Amino acid sequence: MTDPVLRIENLTVEIRTRTGVAPVIDDLSFRVDTGRTLALVGESGCGKSMTALAIMGLLPRGIGRIVRGSILLGAEDLATTSPARMRSIRGNEIGMIFQEPMTSLNPVYSVGEQISEVLRAHQGMGRKAAWSMAIELLDAVHIPNPSLRVSDYPFQMSGGQRQRVMIAIALACRPRVLIADEPTTALDVTVQAQIFDLLKDLQRDTGTAIILITHDMGAVTEMADEMIVMYAGRMAEAGPVEAVISRPRHPYTRGLISCVPHLGAIVDDDRPLLTEIPGIVPGLGQFGQDRCLFASRCELSDSHCRSARPAAYAITDGHSAACWQAGGAA
Amino acid sequence: MTDMANHDATTTPRPRHPAVEAFEMFTRNLSAIVGLVLLMLIILGAFLGPMLYPTDPFEMVWAPFTPPGQEGFLLGTDYLGRDLLAALLNGARVTLLVGASAALLSVCIGVTVGALSGYYSGFVEEALMRVTEFFQVLPTLLFCMVIVALFGTSLHMIVLAIGVVSWTGVARIARSEVMRIKQLEYVLAARASGATHSQIILFTILPNAMPPIIVQATLMVGSAILFEASLSFLGLTDPNVVSWGQVIGANRQYILDSSFAVTIPGLAIFVTVLAISLIGDGLNDALNPKLRRR
Amino acid sequence: MTGPECRDVLLGVRNLSVHFRLRRGGLFGSRVTLRAVDDISFDVRRGSTLAIVGESGSGKTTTALAVARLIEPSAGQVMLAGHDLSTLDDAGLRRCRAEMQFIFQDPYSSLNPRLRAEDIVREPLRNLAANRQDRTGEGVESLFQAVGLRPEQRRLFPHQFSGGQRQRIGIARALASNPSLIICDEPVSALDVAVQAQILNLLRRLQAERDLTFLFISHDLGVVQYMCDDVAVMYMGKIVELAARRDLFESPRHPYTQSLLSAVPAVDPSRRGLARRALVQGDPSDPVNPPRGCRFASRCPMVRDICRTAEPRLTEVSPGHKVSCFAVAPGSEAVTACSPA
Repeated sequence: MTDPVLRIENLTVEIRTRTGVAPVIDDLSFRVDTGRTLALVGESGCGKSMTALAIMGLLPRGIGRIVRGSILLGAEDLATTSPARMRSIRGNEIGMIFQEPMTSLNPVYSVGEQISEVLRAHQGMGRKAAWSMAIELLDAVHIPNPSLRVSDYPFQMSGGQRQRVMIAIALACRPRVLIADEPTTALDVTVQAQIFDLLKDLQRDTGTAIILITHDMGAVTEMADEMIVMYAGRMAEAGPVEAVISRPRHPYTRGLISCVPHLGAIVDDDRPLLTEIPGIVPGLGQFGQDRCLFASRCELSDSHCRSARPAAYAITDGHSAACWQAGGAA
Repeated sequence: MTDMANHDATTTPRPRHPAVEAFEMFTRNLSAIVGLVLLMLIILGAFLGPMLYPTDPFEMVWAPFTPPGQEGFLLGTDYLGRDLLAALLNGARVTLLVGASAALLSVCIGVTVGALSGYYSGFVEEALMRVTEFFQVLPTLLFCMVIVALFGTSLHMIVLAIGVVSWTGVARIARSEVMRIKQLEYVLAARASGATHSQIILFTILPNAMPPIIVQATLMVGSAILFEASLSFLGLTDPNVVSWGQVIGANRQYILDSSFAVTIPGLAIFVTVLAISLIGDGLNDALNPKLRRR
Repeated sequence: MTGPECRDVLLGVRNLSVHFRLRRGGLFGSRVTLRAVDDISFDVRRGSTLAIVGESGSGKTTTALAVARLIEPSAGQVMLAGHDLSTLDDAGLRRCRAEMQFIFQDPYSSLNPRLRAEDIVREPLRNLAANRQDRTGEGVESLFQAVGLRPEQRRLFPHQFSGGQRQRIGIARALASNPSLIICDEPVSALDVAVQAQILNLLRRLQAERDLTFLFISHDLGVVQYMCDDVAVMYMGKIVELAARRDLFESPRHPYTQSLLSAVPAVDPSRRGLARRALVQGDPSDPVNPPRGCRFASRCPMVRDICRTAEPRLTEVSPGHKVSCFAVAPGSEAVTACSPA
């Protein structure tokens, strides 16, 4: 924990809606270290994808903007850097893979052209060198017969293979940080397991730090070292995965873990009803209010929760929860 | 436990029909409103005008080629000395009626053909598409002239001729919409709940396919008006009624002597078609779900 | 399918096949046959849940649609409470639809956006009313209550509801004609995790209250384990394993089932590393041109010579537990008829 590649400090991002301005990311801080994986977890609309876009400098223009805080890649603050510099950082120092491998590749170019395009743009490689590098990369992401498949078009590949190509493109320039936004949500479980293995192997070889965005607690335990549970744009709970999963202190984290029917080691005959988190996530209009935004869905909430925003309560080293009840609860 | 969904509704919005939203969207569009106001004025003129200005458009009232504004004739007289204002007001009704009913006819044909060929696959689809293609490659104006020349120049026949040659665009749109909608799950749901094919087409698919068809139908009114003008210009028109195209056609030989007798009805056609196009574009924006919620 | 003592079978499927004729390679391409569902049989007992689990392309959704005759099966029988659905004409089928309803995957596209919630729920009643004078359907209000919606929401349009609420409307619609069988096609996969739990609990509660029988289609083994009594695992149009819930999850026999179970990321620390990676490599083979013999052979860690030449058949390995694999069920070797691809 000595060398953070990426440090986010007090990041606040606002987007403009029809009704007003809402902080979709509200005072978020975290760090990712070389060779480590951080998971951002939460339901849709909690701000996890928006965080990725903010880091990439891809917030929708005129709608979203960073109002406070910094995104430090090494010593450089991406929150204030120029668009030109941001373009050379994207794909070069920060790579990104997306949820939908069907639409994130351009259908009219072969995968080899798409990989070598990135290499030529960022590394100044020649056409030939980039092409043979593309073959090497396809081999690295375990695509069989890479020298033949390199001239295939996306439609000739399966979903899993396309996601492998996306990973090859994202890792082509050996980025310091890889952002994976729900990389396996559209894939089958056996393919998901293959992709996770691949990402872990590549991380071991290259030392890339990974930010994994997901809603699946299983994927978190499988892949990540640290995790942040986000709710309504705010950090709800953060810490090492082991600690958070085995001893969650925020009621939302507890709910997220127990509301999903997990495969257990023992299959019982009696199946108690799943724990429900009642209701749905708050609308954008409620973001940024000075109270616990989870209070309306929380069984532990009291008047204090509804009148003041909870600060992060440190439980152990590195494990903290933003909950007024976290101090007392076991 | 049954009340847990009550937390689900953080707010209970009041019921708003999608059409209401589309209407609000439409009213926020300035050019569409301009078009609507223009068209309203034209319709008003067409139906109230002849009552307020009861001059017979076929009667020779003054010397030919009286320029506008002289001798008390606001728009002047034509080559036979007939009042152009009277012709314009009386012609408006015919022009609009022919345009609207021809558009209606072609929408009816187009939606029927399009919906059937989009919903059913196999023989029905193939046959209907071949028919559509046949009508698409016809030289439309020529075909219209042939129909009118063969079966007479009554207004009904003109409406029929325009309708018959111009439905293919609607059919294409209806077909692609129906094909898109029929694979949505709510159509499957309707089948699972026992709806018959005709119920599904009429009550489930078509209402959802209407927005682009409505837009197309609006634009069709404009093109039908132009079509009618072309036919009348060529003399293929009911001699017992006056329409704008007919006025242009009758005065075309004297365009150098009295250009106003041609330009004034021409301007009327232009403004009407423009107003309808503006409305069509406004409807397109209002009904197109992709533009909504911007 | 758990033995001869369970005679009260509500839904029986026999040798069901769905083949699609496809044109390959543009306008002049040759026509090929995609065997989306290939000769499968299973029973669902009254009041129980059979889950069909499989990955994309396994044919599980096609099976569901073919059982409901929302697509036409190419061969086979579907028996609902003793009636053979496959021989019914359109009118007869519509009468039977009251007994058999469907819950769809996508709560956004499965509700007609132009209808109010109450009209959506009423749709089956309206369509089936002419055929069913004997039983007047349940009122919309009580249906809304049953699925946890407030009656005053009945006049709203679908876009005014959240995803979870929309799925509740879909469930209310399925309940409206008082069916005995409900086919649930991935009913929670489009929903957020917290909402999934609400819907799954609701389905379980409704099943208990109304003695419903579910045919439950899912790719999510956790959800299947929570919902079902019996499980059928499908791979490329075939059922490869069919067993009671505990048998399947405690002692999966087919190598594909084993790899599927081991691929699910474990939150439970005691399960982690337990069956770690009986993982298969590669992708499923081309569904249009499946290999001769067992369709899993190209990825199977236990593959033998016979697997590449003959097709295994579902064979009982222990009471109620059937597997279609030469390596696991020795009896299946006797049958070697291999259908030409």
